This record gives sequence, C-alpha cells and structure tokens, in this order.
Amino acid sequence: VRLRSGWGRGLAGLAALCLLLELVPRLGLVSPRYLPPFSQIVAELAERAAQPDFWSALLDTLRGWAVGLLIAVVAGAILGIVIGSAAPLRAATGSTIEFLRPIPSVALVPLAVLLFGTDLRSKLLLVVYASFWQVLIQVLYGVQDVDPVARETARSYGLGALSQVRHVTWPTTLPYLMTGIRLAATVALVLAITAELVIGNPGLGREIAVAQSSGAVAGMYALVLVAGLVGVAVNLLARVLERRVLFWHSSVRGEAPA
Amino acid sequence: MTAAARLARRTALALGLPLALLALWWVASADSESFYLPPLRRILETFADVWLSARLADDVLPSLLRLAVGYLAAVALGVAVGVPVGASRTVRDLAEPVLEFFRAIPPPVMVPILILFAGIGDAMKVLVIVFGCIWPVLLNTVEGVRAIDPVLEETASSYGIRGVARLRHLVLRGASPQIFTGMRQSLSIGIILMVISEMFASSNGLGFTIIQFQRGFAIPEMWSGIILLGLLGVLLSLLFQAVEGRALAWYHSVRRSHQGGDAP
Repeated sequence: VRLRSGWGRGLAGLAALCLLLELVPRLGLVSPRYLPPFSQIVAELAERAAQPDFWSALLDTLRGWAVGLLIAVVAGAILGIVIGSAAPLRAATGSTIEFLRPIPSVALVPLAVLLFGTDLRSKLLLVVYASFWQVLIQVLYGVQDVDPVARETARSYGLGALSQVRHVTWPTTLPYLMTGIRLAATVALVLAITAELVIGNPGLGREIAVAQSSGAVAGMYALVLVAGLVGVAVNLLARVLERRVLFWHSSVRGEAPA
Repeated sequence: MTAAARLARRTALALGLPLALLALWWVASADSESFYLPPLRRILETFADVWLSARLADDVLPSLLRLAVGYLAAVALGVAVGVPVGASRTVRDLAEPVLEFFRAIPPPVMVPILILFAGIGDAMKVLVIVFGCIWPVLLNTVEGVRAIDPVLEETASSYGIRGVARLRHLVLRGASPQIFTGMRQSLSIGIILMVISEMFASSNGLGFTIIQFQRGFAIPEMWSGIILLGLLGVLLSLLFQAVEGRALAWYHSVRRSHQGGDAP
C-alpha cells in the first residue's frame, strides 16, 4: 500500500465497498441472515471491542504470529547463510529443500493436534513450518548473489569466516532476507488463524469458528473484518520495516522467485 | 570431469541426503514403541492399503477435482479482472485499497462465511479455493499490465495492432511473467484451502479422511495421509514448474541473453 497521488480515489473505492455492503442486504439482494448490513457489522464490532475476551483473542493470535515468525526468521537466516556459504552443502541439500518446501503445512495439522493439543506449540509448529521456507529460500538466493569479486577481495585481505559473513555476505543478503520476512509475515498470519480455526487454539480463528457454530452471523463478519485489518497491518508493518532497514540500499531489486 | 561422471555426481547429490534421511527415519523408528511415531515400515505398508484402494476414487480424486476447478476459475477470473484494472489509472487507484484489503484477509476465515451461502458441499469448497487463489493472480496481473513497456505499446499501436490481437500478443504476453508469479503463490494457497475446507466440514476428501484417522487414533493411517499430502504438494509444484517453463520459455531466454548468456 503506497501513498500516492491516487489515495483520494482509493478512499472513495473503500467507501463504495462499505456502501455496497450496506445496500446489498438492505435492498434484499442477499438475505441479511447471510450478509448483515455493514453498519450492523461495525456495531457488533464495537460491542465486541468493549469486551476483554476480544482483546485477549486478538493478543493470542498476534503472539502466535510473532513468536512463530521470529523463530522462522532466525532459523531461516542462520541456516540460509550457513548452507548458502558452503557450495558442497548447498549442492547436497538442494533437492531436500525443494522436496520439503512444497509440502503444505496444513498436512501437519493432525500431527500437531496429537502432539500438542490446543497448546500454543501446535500453532507454532504450523506457523514455523510454513514461514521458515519463505525466509530460507530468499536468504539462499541472497547469499548466491554476493559479488564474487567482493568475496575474493575479503579473502585476500585475510578476513575470517565470521567477518566475511558480517561485512560481505550480510549486506548483500539483507534485502533478500527482508523480502523473505515480508512474505513469511503474511504466511505466518494465515497459518496462525488456520490453526485456531481448525485445531481450536485460542485466538481470532477460534472466535470465528465459535461465532459460526452459534449462528452469530454479524459477529462472524466483524471478526473476519478484524482478521483482514490485522492482515493489512502486518503487510504495512513489513513494508515499513523493509524500507527502514534498507534505507541505504539504493537499487530497486527484483524479487527472487519463491 | 566427463559428462557421465558429472551426471553421476549430480544424481548422488540430489538423492544422497533424502535417502539418508529416509534411512535414518527407517532405522530410528524401526523398534519404535511410541504410539504417535510408528515405524516407517508400518506407515509405508499402511500407505498402500489405505490409498491404493477405493479411497483413491472416493477421497483423493474429489479433492483434486475441486482444487483444479477452483484454481483454474480463480486464475481465469483474476486475469479477466486484472487486465482492465491494470490498464486504467483511475480504476487502479479506485480499486487498489479494496483489493489489498481482500488479499490481506487470511483465506481460511472465509470457510465459515461461505458455508452460510453454499452449505458444506462441493460448491463451498470450490468457492473457498476461488476466493483464496484469486487475489495473488489479480494483483500480479494488475502489476504486470501496468508495467508493460510503453515503447512496445507505441509500436503495437503504430502497427495497428488492436483488439483481441493486442490483448493476446501485447497485454497478456507482456504481463505473463507476473501472472505466473501470482499463479505460483495461488497454487500453494489453493492446496492449503483444499485441505482446510475439508477438515472444517465435509464428508469426503483428503483433509476429511486424515482428520478422521487422527480422531480415531489410526496413527499409521494418519501418517500415510500426511505423506500423501506432501507428495501431492511436491507433484503439483513440479507440474507447475513444467507448465511455467514451457509458457515462459521465451521470457527466460530473453533474460538470459540480457545477462550475457549466463545461466541464472
């Protein structure tokens, strides 16, 4: 979401969407039992926001997201730099990574339930598995992108392995890592909410499932609205972070395919 | 190194670690008494019994069919909406925040909402997949159409290329690398949603069956289901790469020649 000259029109677009969501049920195009008018959804949201339950659910979701993302980023960055820096290691692990990466993390749902129940750990298992690969792949691309001349120069100046990582590999890899973090942040949120929805870990997802099974339609829409807003916030946060961290990085880089 | 030796080396590198890991799993779990971690041998025996049976037609095929229908519909819709949005500055400004919001909704939360509209049948599951898969395709199409080389555009119009020919040879082709990026993101979302929609409410399908095994504590069966899902994920990703490689062969060769003939 970039703030550009067209942001006034963007607001108009959002306003039109809200109006549409208000009018469609009011005019009876869709039964209000399936889609309550937008104002009713907002009223329901305000009511829920006054309850502590809502905030603790939101906090639970954010905690699972943040902890899982952190683990995935640290593990992905370290493993990526280690594997990427050693050509034999990269060659030996390539096929395994290509095989493990496309395994859908939801395949692990039953295992997570059996091992951890509705504990935070079952949510973390899904979140970490899904977001780890996003980070790892980008970091691997980044390490490959290190200028061989810079690497050779560092070596001939007698830089040790750690200083090479610090002064040569890291600056080149950082933009890729940030791309990986941005992609992983979105995936982590999807998996956190999925775990809550399907496994029943406490959080927004479980609240949505409860609202659905108790027929609280407006409440369900209100919570989905919140989930969408959290998603927008996560995207914005990741992009702001990326710009902050890479303020020195002049080039506009194409994303490595992931 | 001769070509044969190089091939042998590459094969050894590609297969070495996976085989070592499998062997490790096999050996480490061989005498496993743990209820949740049965021996790999038993899981593989179960795999054949469970999946190479009527289940293949009753559970695996319906899941894959719903995925195929939902995914292809999402790609078609995403491109069909993305092209006009990307082509007009005004429409793009109007629609972008709305599209960004819809993309930011974690797609699994649409399952309960779509159950309201479509029940728990095939229609709901296909709709869930369409809803989840459409946004990456749509937004990438918008970006791709927006970024079409203006010189190419001028050239096309001065040669009098317009209408369907312009759409096909300039717009869709120019945007296709971006469209494929979106399609790749959508595919992994689609697989997740195929499984989730069945875990949440269903009477058949892969996700449903695996959850049934878990609830019934049929542990080797459950593991075989996890392995099957993993294999499907890998196969679909290989299939996608093959299709993409073929469709974008022109693009990759152009890029290679720009980079001075080096393989990327």
